[in-house]
Amino acid sequence: MTYSFELPLLLLLLLTAGAAIVAKDLLSAVLLLGSYSFFLALVWAWLGAVDVAFVEAVVGAGLATVFFLLTLFNAGKGGIRFRKASPPLAALFVLPLLAGLLLYAANDLPQFGDPQAPASVHISPEYLTKAYAETETTNIVTAVLMDYRALDTLVETVVVFTSGIACWLLLRRGSE
Amino acid sequence: MIQPPYDSLICRRTVRMLVPMVQIFAVYVLFFGQYGPGGGFVAGVMFAASVVVDLLVFGDREETRQAAERLLASDGVGLLIFAGIGGLCLIGGGAYLDYSGLVIPGLDEAERRHLAILLTQAGVGIDIAIASISIVFSLWRAGETGDEHA
Repeated sequence: MTYSFELPLLLLLLLTAGAAIVAKDLLSAVLLLGSYSFFLALVWAWLGAVDVAFVEAVVGAGLATVFFLLTLFNAGKGGIRFRKASPPLAALFVLPLLAGLLLYAANDLPQFGDPQAPASVHISPEYLTKAYAETETTNIVTAVLMDYRALDTLVETVVVFTSGIACWLLLRRGSE
Repeated sequence: MIQPPYDSLICRRTVRMLVPMVQIFAVYVLFFGQYGPGGGFVAGVMFAASVVVDLLVFGDREETRQAAERLLASDGVGLLIFAGIGGLCLIGGGAYLDYSGLVIPGLDEAERRHLAILLTQAGVGIDIAIASISIVFSLWRAGETGDEHA
């Protein structure tokens, strides 16, 4: 059976994601979202993207959950439970239509692992063949992130820095 | 609002043992990001997670609060390291963040890039760790001041 691992994972993903939406109180929704991130990390690891899986497990299942929990605790008892408005009727028709369209479009995507896919023939071979000789870094993901695409990473770091400053300015105003 | 310190012997013991191990593992992830999965981003978040767990279980202690405040004010040191290395490359005659422009005697080009990747990763790690801890502290304080007004 080829899909003995993928199918249960996909089911768990859909289950936790659906449960997080349906859950009556926000606390369980947050915890379900954390477990969703953890299953997603397993999927990344299964697909061979170990670096992405690492980040997903640490950030999605760990830190983001803590952020959500602290926010919820600050909101007090009234903020945790809430009355949900029923979704508009149009969503019932439009969203399945959109899903069908997307699935139809997904047919044209290249097969998973196809060496002739446009994404794998453009610049990846250059990185794969030259990265070690040029940077002495065996993990090519790191070489691409920190050397070839260092400017992108720098700006991402600026984004995180800005979020820290913004939280400070918004939440601690008047506490000093 | 959470009521730390969390009053459970098992929890406190476990966390006291776990926190240093997580921190050591974060340093490992930082320095071995060039050989295996991981890197500055994950290492920073991991280090922040260890501090956050400590905060959640033991509460906001007065003696650590002062040190933390002073440390959190240095948000941006990591960014300075990262951008500064880019600037050093400019001084060495290369393009911005082109690590072959770093002028370090005794190192060939690949070794320079190797060293620069490690240093910039440390910069990213410091920035991410301080920013994450800062956000958690901000949320924590917001709850405290909110309680006073209520």
